[in-house]
Amino acid sequence: MATSTTKALTGEEPPGTTGDGNTPRRRGALLHRLDVKGAPYAFVAPFFVVFAAFSFYPLVYTSWISLHDVELATLDVMEWVAFDNYVELWGDSRFWNALQNTITIGVISTVPQLMMALGLAHLLNYRMRASLFFRVASLVPYATSVAAAALVFTMIFERDFGMINWALGSVGIDPVDWEADKWPAQAAISTIVIWRWTGYNALLYLAAMQAIPAERYEAASLDGASRWKQFTHVTVPGIRSTIVFTIVLSTIGATQLFGEPLIFGQGPNGVTGGADNQYQTLGLLLYEEGWKNYQMGRSATVAWAMFMLLVLAFVAQHLIKRLRSRTS
Amino acid sequence: MGTYGSLRRKAVATVAAAGALALVVGCSGGDDSATGGGKKDGKVTITMGLYGVMGLKETGLLEQYEKENPNVEIKADIAGDEQTYYTALQTHLAAGNGLKDIQGIEIGRAKEITETQADKFADFADMAGTDHFLPWKESQISTADGKVLGLGTDIGPMAVCYRKDYFEQAGLPTDREEVGKLWEGDWSKYVEVGRTFKKDFKGDKVAFTDSASGLFNAMVYGYPEQYYDEKGELIYDKNPAVKEAWGLASDAAEDGLTAKLRQFQPGWDPGLANGTFATAVCPAWMLSHISEKAGDANKGKWDVARAPKGANWGGSFLGVVEQSPVKEEAKKLVAWLTAPEQQAHIFKEIGNIPSSKEALENPDVKNATSEYFDNAPIGQIFGAAAQEIPDKQVLGRKDGTIKDTFSQGLALVEQGTARDKAWKTTTERIEKAVG
Repeated sequence: MATSTTKALTGEEPPGTTGDGNTPRRRGALLHRLDVKGAPYAFVAPFFVVFAAFSFYPLVYTSWISLHDVELATLDVMEWVAFDNYVELWGDSRFWNALQNTITIGVISTVPQLMMALGLAHLLNYRMRASLFFRVASLVPYATSVAAAALVFTMIFERDFGMINWALGSVGIDPVDWEADKWPAQAAISTIVIWRWTGYNALLYLAAMQAIPAERYEAASLDGASRWKQFTHVTVPGIRSTIVFTIVLSTIGATQLFGEPLIFGQGPNGVTGGADNQYQTLGLLLYEEGWKNYQMGRSATVAWAMFMLLVLAFVAQHLIKRLRSRTS
Repeated sequence: MGTYGSLRRKAVATVAAAGALALVVGCSGGDDSATGGGKKDGKVTITMGLYGVMGLKETGLLEQYEKENPNVEIKADIAGDEQTYYTALQTHLAAGNGLKDIQGIEIGRAKEITETQADKFADFADMAGTDHFLPWKESQISTADGKVLGLGTDIGPMAVCYRKDYFEQAGLPTDREEVGKLWEGDWSKYVEVGRTFKKDFKGDKVAFTDSASGLFNAMVYGYPEQYYDEKGELIYDKNPAVKEAWGLASDAAEDGLTAKLRQFQPGWDPGLANGTFATAVCPAWMLSHISEKAGDANKGKWDVARAPKGANWGGSFLGVVEQSPVKEEAKKLVAWLTAPEQQAHIFKEIGNIPSSKEALENPDVKNATSEYFDNAPIGQIFGAAAQEIPDKQVLGRKDGTIKDTFSQGLALVEQGTARDKAWKTTTERIEKAVG
């Protein structure tokens, strides 16, 4: 703009042509500005459109449903009940039971899983023959569908004719009722989770381990550090951020645990997480309320409770981290 | 690293939130002709949603219909477990999406369908040639204003299936007449026989019956009113019939007479194949399951005796969804599949007892025997049992769910929970389930 005014003033171009000559140039400038300022928005738009449609809208709609009494068969008939569903959930022993199960199954599946993954990654990190084969093999369980894995494990853990009870029997141990008893059931479900995710986490650790500069190990061995010392003082600190990342991922996975217990229980028992709700997770409680009792309002309430729990967990984690960095 | 890490954490948190909610998505939208059926180039495609062993496909009836009507193609989708099937059906009905042209409806769901989904199913009331059913069967699928939402396939009169070889080893009679007399008229006699069996059976790891819930169902379904009264009020916690059945089933569980299995769930099938229990209360439609799962190795070892009392457990209907683009063709198919000749055919092939009065009087049905069950005269046994079914059966909206919840409650007793505590848990769960 400024240039064209100057040009017009200095009279380099005859008056009258100014406007015509400048229109395409001005349009070009506008396009350029749009390109610079607008393009980034256009590029990120697809994500946000998808996010809005599949995450934000359901989030809002779920919260709306959770304030109503709604049945699955008649979704258009909604009765406003304000926060009744939340109050009821708070006083519902099934919710606390499911929360407890979610936590216990989460702990007994996540802790051994990450420990084993760390050990496995350490082993895979050594120079060895056919290392590619072992690395791919460790990822195979992750590529298996939940349903297939859970179904096979269900057969293995079967009470009367399962492989594990048969093996226990052959060494003289009484058969365990894996489905009906609380801790065996939770252990069996954790086994499925551990089997599926250990290799995946191990590969994440392995990638991080390979990014650790070899000089650190050399320096450590010059200082006389044993292999174990090297592992605890070089390897583990070196992959710390990856460990935190896997813990976060596993926590989310554990909170949403659903497919494994559902298939492990089979049929009606799967939905309620056992006849005594002994392995009902929050995900299953949500499903039971929505798709067995057909109470969408209560189901949505459970969904929101799960969401709030995750938010709480991350806020708590953040606070702890802040406190720790302040004290150090 | 710090900012990167926290950014990533935020991203992870967002994904987590999205994931948590993704769990509850999945019930919106609505396409008008999403049944998969339709007409194209003069060819009619009809889709069906079925469950269990209803015998329509298994006995070749669908193929026969296609042969007789070359322009018709039938696609049947069969789910194994009815509860899973019904959950999906509910979701599909709510969404108006994913339905088939023809949908199977189990008796435990009939009331809920007629009360809440009547407008989504086509009416059979004016259809010609469909007046051959047992009167109570048709009334179960009719709405208050006379709309008929489906036609009956089978009914579930009961008998007791038993292993002759095990009975012999326990010193009990093996002849089906005598076995029937052991417990004639009273289910508590059946449990009494169980105690004798447990005491006298030589050998181990064989329980008298498969599950406490089988016995419970058999007793409860012998009464006109079960979980609801005629006004639609819940009476499951007051009904003496339910209490009596709960008591006796708990007795059997506490005395260790059951194999603690869950019918139609894993463990039950290998139990049949390996013979871990000596009897099972069996509605007619269960025979096909037993013969299939127990297999050729056990052929002739199983037999069928009269149950202590008549009762109806299960049975199904076929309905046509209103939004089907091939509604008339689908109705015609349903009428044909449930016609007396076809019902008689299914009975002869796999033993599902007809809900058609005419088919029940068919001599082929009356004189039928089952080769697998040592030539037991199943036509006679189940025909007589069908006569004993109460003429009036009050159904309720949540019958199916309540039945499943009681089964779980009895599983608790089988696992050692005190029966009063299990009863309390069960009634609390039912309160939750009925809303």
